[in-house]
Amino acid sequence: MSGSRFNHGWVWIVTLVVAIAAPWAFFNYHSGRHSGFVLSMLSQMGMMSILALSYNMLLGQAGLFSLCHATFFGIGGYATIHFLNLAGAGSLPLPIELIPFLSGLSGLGLAIVFGYMATKQRATAFAMITLGIGELMTTAALMFHHFFGGEGGVNSNRMIDHSLFGLKYASSIQVYYLILAWTLVAALAMFYLTQTPLGRMANATRDNFERAQFMGYDPRTVRFLQFALSGFFAGIGGGLYAITYEIVTFDALAAPLSANALLMAYIGGTSAFGGPILGAVLITLLQSGVSLMSNSWLVYVGVLFISMVIFAPSGIMGLVMAHGPIVRAGQFGRLAVPYVRVIVPGFLMVLGFVGLVELTSFLTIGAAQGKTLVLFGHKIDVHAVMPWSVATACLFGGIVWLRIEARSFRQVWEKLMIELKPRRSAA
Amino acid sequence: MTEIALSLRNLTKAFGPTQIIRGVNLDIAKGERHAIIGPNGAGKTTLFNLISGRFPLSSGEILLDDVRIDRLPPHRINRMGLSRSFQITSIFHRLSVFENLRCALLWSMGYHYSFWTPLWLQRALNQRTDLMLEDLNLASRRDTAAGLLSYADQRALEIGMTIAGGASVILLDEPTAGMSNTETDNAVELIRRVSQGKTLVMVEHDMKVVFDLADVITVLVYGQVIASGPPQAVRANPAVQEAYLGRLAT
Repeated sequence: MSGSRFNHGWVWIVTLVVAIAAPWAFFNYHSGRHSGFVLSMLSQMGMMSILALSYNMLLGQAGLFSLCHATFFGIGGYATIHFLNLAGAGSLPLPIELIPFLSGLSGLGLAIVFGYMATKQRATAFAMITLGIGELMTTAALMFHHFFGGEGGVNSNRMIDHSLFGLKYASSIQVYYLILAWTLVAALAMFYLTQTPLGRMANATRDNFERAQFMGYDPRTVRFLQFALSGFFAGIGGGLYAITYEIVTFDALAAPLSANALLMAYIGGTSAFGGPILGAVLITLLQSGVSLMSNSWLVYVGVLFISMVIFAPSGIMGLVMAHGPIVRAGQFGRLAVPYVRVIVPGFLMVLGFVGLVELTSFLTIGAAQGKTLVLFGHKIDVHAVMPWSVATACLFGGIVWLRIEARSFRQVWEKLMIELKPRRSAA
Repeated sequence: MTEIALSLRNLTKAFGPTQIIRGVNLDIAKGERHAIIGPNGAGKTTLFNLISGRFPLSSGEILLDDVRIDRLPPHRINRMGLSRSFQITSIFHRLSVFENLRCALLWSMGYHYSFWTPLWLQRALNQRTDLMLEDLNLASRRDTAAGLLSYADQRALEIGMTIAGGASVILLDEPTAGMSNTETDNAVELIRRVSQGKTLVMVEHDMKVVFDLADVITVLVYGQVIASGPPQAVRANPAVQEAYLGRLAT
């Protein structure tokens, strides 16, 4: 798989330029202020990208299904709050720009301890050990008040007045660029790791651990080192979280965040290096954007995840890369009409599904909140039969229609694949 | 006296109450091409699994260059110079052919668990990998995912990965199983070439391959060695004829 190489350099440069420019697209020139909502969403995307990329060092690159990745993100966050407090009190002479490195070391330290236990096993047993570790840490966070601060968490102030560039980090835009810089450094470092002997042997043990053994490698050591290093990067993400929010509670290390790391990496695509970044951006958009519009955004994330696992196990990046040979052969035009023919019923199906979910949500939670459903300026009566039957018709009509169209789409796709095959092997 | 590369002493292996290997004694000389034959269920593959450290022994000793290797994990045995292939193709199916071979070279070229060395700058390593690709006739499949290779190519890759690390003792488990005649001829040629100057132990069912390649043949029946010696002597051995070859010949 050549997908994990930086051979599409321009994609990365465009991504970086967009990330740098994005806050200015939402800059309010009348008030001279940045959009706080956009900045916090972009910052979240940065740290979640680090979390998802570091998670994929396990899931995609080493075939390790971890259920406690937030543990190392969280510990990085908690430790950073304490580092900031120390630095603020003048007993830690370190500029704020370098503190995330210490956060990383905190993640690394804990990942060495837990990794030593978990990597004794692989596959299902490994997953179960990590599940236990995650629960252990959540409990510990509520028990040991001194370090974790109990339910309320711990807080600090990022304005420690010690910066490499004389910045105060009072405004979110400065924090955003700090996060962006660290995201870039962490992503480059993680990419570099994929091109080292350890990174390659992690892939090898993922594919066939016995063969790796008979080539002189102890698969356990490979797993352990990979686990520890991924904990280092997760810790950096947690450090940026602490610097951004100035408060860390046990949410930062609890199971839902571990699950989020998995969702982001999987939906984005685990086989391409950049997939998890795409997943992090998408999930964060859903989280911050759709959650404003709908109470049921988590339902959509869940359904998206299940659909991806069933229909596109290689993630969005995998889907995109599957088109590579077709585009290179200049045959993409032949897919245009089939695509339109599946997108229309697909859209109808999604519309029907969203309709039903929203109607249900407005009937229950919405009613409790005293909200009414307004669509195109019309109030919709959620107790009437009409909207329910329209939504149901859209959903089932869409499913049936999509199944028919999907069949002909698959035929065109398979024909293209067969036509392109000799060309690919000749190249 | 010839030097002994691999020595098995009173080897036994039981899975529960079932005795699979029942007191095997065998010395394999340095540089020898040694074939182990025997009917199905004789314990040939189990013997390989014991030697390579995949299964623990029930009792006995295994010495590689006069050093005991039983009770060592497979990766340690491999580092001491013993390498094996598998009956069922065992490669890294999602990695390219090039990456498969490069992985097989990493440990012996001293890279170990390095997470700071950039692979793309290792000229000696990459050149050696490419040379091996040429040697195995796989250069045209260099960037293909190993899982997509034809069966014969996968077997060639497997042999390549087994010898890449420069091991002095090579165990091949049915290297030509499932191949056509031409493919088998090519594989025999390949094995002959790559096992030059090494000790080769192989399990093989194809008698033509065995008599083509082997200097010494050991016949294993129900976990015991019933004969061991040069091909002509083994062929003439009445016990062997009765237990094994006789049945095949009719």
